Amino acid sequence: MRKLFSNQERRFGFLPGRQRQLDVPDELWEKCGGCGEMIYLAEFEQNGRVCPKCDYHARLGARKRVEYLLDEGSFAERDGAMRSQDILGFERPDRSYEQKLEDEAGKSGIPESVIYGTGTIRGEAVVLAVIDTNFFMATMGSVVGEKITRAIELATETRTPLIIVSASAGARMEEGMFSLMQMAKTSAALTRLHEARVLYISVLTDPTLAGVTASFATLADVIVAEPQATIGFTGPRLIEQITHEKLPEGTHSAEFMLERGMVDCIVPRSDLRRTLSKLISLYAAEFSDPQTDGLPHANMVP
Amino acid sequence: MAYEFEQALIDLRERIDSMESDLKNGAPEDMAQEVKALRTELDQQTADVFAKLSPWERVQLARHPQRPRALDFIRYALTDFVELHGDRRYGDDLAIVGGPARLNDTPVMVVGHQKGKDAKENQQRNFGMAHPEGFRKARRLMLQAEKFRLPLFTFLDIPGASPFLADEERGQAWAIAENLLTMSQLRTPIIVTVIGEGGSGGALALGIGDRVLMLEFSMYSVASPEGAASIVWKDAKFAPDAAKSLKPFADDLEALGIIHRVVPEPAGGAHVDPRAAALALKTALIEELAALEKLPLPTLIDRRYAFYRSLGVVAP
Repeated sequence: MRKLFSNQERRFGFLPGRQRQLDVPDELWEKCGGCGEMIYLAEFEQNGRVCPKCDYHARLGARKRVEYLLDEGSFAERDGAMRSQDILGFERPDRSYEQKLEDEAGKSGIPESVIYGTGTIRGEAVVLAVIDTNFFMATMGSVVGEKITRAIELATETRTPLIIVSASAGARMEEGMFSLMQMAKTSAALTRLHEARVLYISVLTDPTLAGVTASFATLADVIVAEPQATIGFTGPRLIEQITHEKLPEGTHSAEFMLERGMVDCIVPRSDLRRTLSKLISLYAAEFSDPQTDGLPHANMVP
Repeated sequence: MAYEFEQALIDLRERIDSMESDLKNGAPEDMAQEVKALRTELDQQTADVFAKLSPWERVQLARHPQRPRALDFIRYALTDFVELHGDRRYGDDLAIVGGPARLNDTPVMVVGHQKGKDAKENQQRNFGMAHPEGFRKARRLMLQAEKFRLPLFTFLDIPGASPFLADEERGQAWAIAENLLTMSQLRTPIIVTVIGEGGSGGALALGIGDRVLMLEFSMYSVASPEGAASIVWKDAKFAPDAAKSLKPFADDLEALGIIHRVVPEPAGGAHVDPRAAALALKTALIEELAALEKLPLPTLIDRRYAFYRSLGVVAP
């Protein structure tokens, strides 16, 4: 299972160009968002939704991500039943917010944009939260903020390394200012985690934008990005709308942000588990030591 | 410049002003009676118009081009202000102003978003849309406030953080996030006041504090009504609908528990009498600061944490 990313296996079984001659049901194939080739879906999934031809990293669902990152069967999900409420009575044009949430849950197979829990990576305990664009474009409302905050608190209390795999198109409009305040809540919780000197690794996936980038996703000790992931505050399409000018290719990419000093490293999906495990073991010495040096930490930005 | 809903009030106010100046220049005494009657009428009309403001008119008020800006509030409510510039890393962002000042006898640190008042100033100040270096200047001043045990006042008035590629390249999201972390645990009392348009993450970047105040006709929103409309309605022209649903106004947000206090504005809005608006804010700041200064610092920080920890509505 863990070897499914090895180069050999990645190529093995791939049937180049087959679909062009064969009349097969669409659901068996997926068009690669990078090179445009039709990829046999089973192969694509088995390869962690990375294109075997061009290495394009397609978006990955939260449950799959957990499966790829953690030791098999080690994930214990928490607060799976937590739901948002239509606190503002937001008058959407098509359907109520509550109906929309139900539809998103049905479509994505997850209860909200984020799942979190505990598990192990190569035997090392971690607290893991994963945000999933399949639910409401991973917009941040109260549930995302609350679950992320609980993940941070759990990591702080148990002195366990925290990994958050982030993605988001922005704020959840239907929750108004409650949505904005999740930035404040998660950041405040992180001050305590950092004061306790617990390791936090943030993994930025496609796309990580707006309030999520401007809060917990960048307040990490190590910021890892997936190749080509769109990362930023104001997304490229919005900038184009505002300026009425076309942006050059590649702005906001992980590579663009690496060049500008905003992320620590870019790690292909096939190496992510190994890299996280390595980082955890390198920083591990501090985990068991709850002593702080008593100095004030207001200046402490990771 | 005036909005339609306030035009009649402005005309009436101008008529009163001109009659009063006539009176000063020796117009017949009976005109004084007429002025008095007109003043009563103005008060009545103002109350009527403001009681019936639509959500969209309230958005327009919060964005009123003549609305007093951070520097006006500083000028009228504080003394001895020394403006400090620059983030010492990249440049000086004119969309954020700040420095030490005095509230009566108490030295404080003040930081605010600063919009312009005319086309030229708005260009210099990027319409109040702060750049990463502005947020970093703000953070520098926050840390000074902590170091010198100065209470921190912040004044929020920003359409949104600057949304251009250059801002992305200099780490807009990173700059905002760092401020959230810093303000959550800054070891000095913080009083936040939304004075105009509290727009999204760029507002929140100066917006974490022990007490959050809003001027009566300011707004504070997760996104501009236009932005929210293009996301939810797929068309910015539904901004008035979004303005209604977002609940971005001072009374809404006080009822929802997101802010602590609404500071009343002069009849007709702060732009009618900026000095009076600033003095009302000054009174509120004095009261709030006196209450905060009674608390030991660890209690203050714990309470601040508890407030932000509680925000959000989930089930179960």
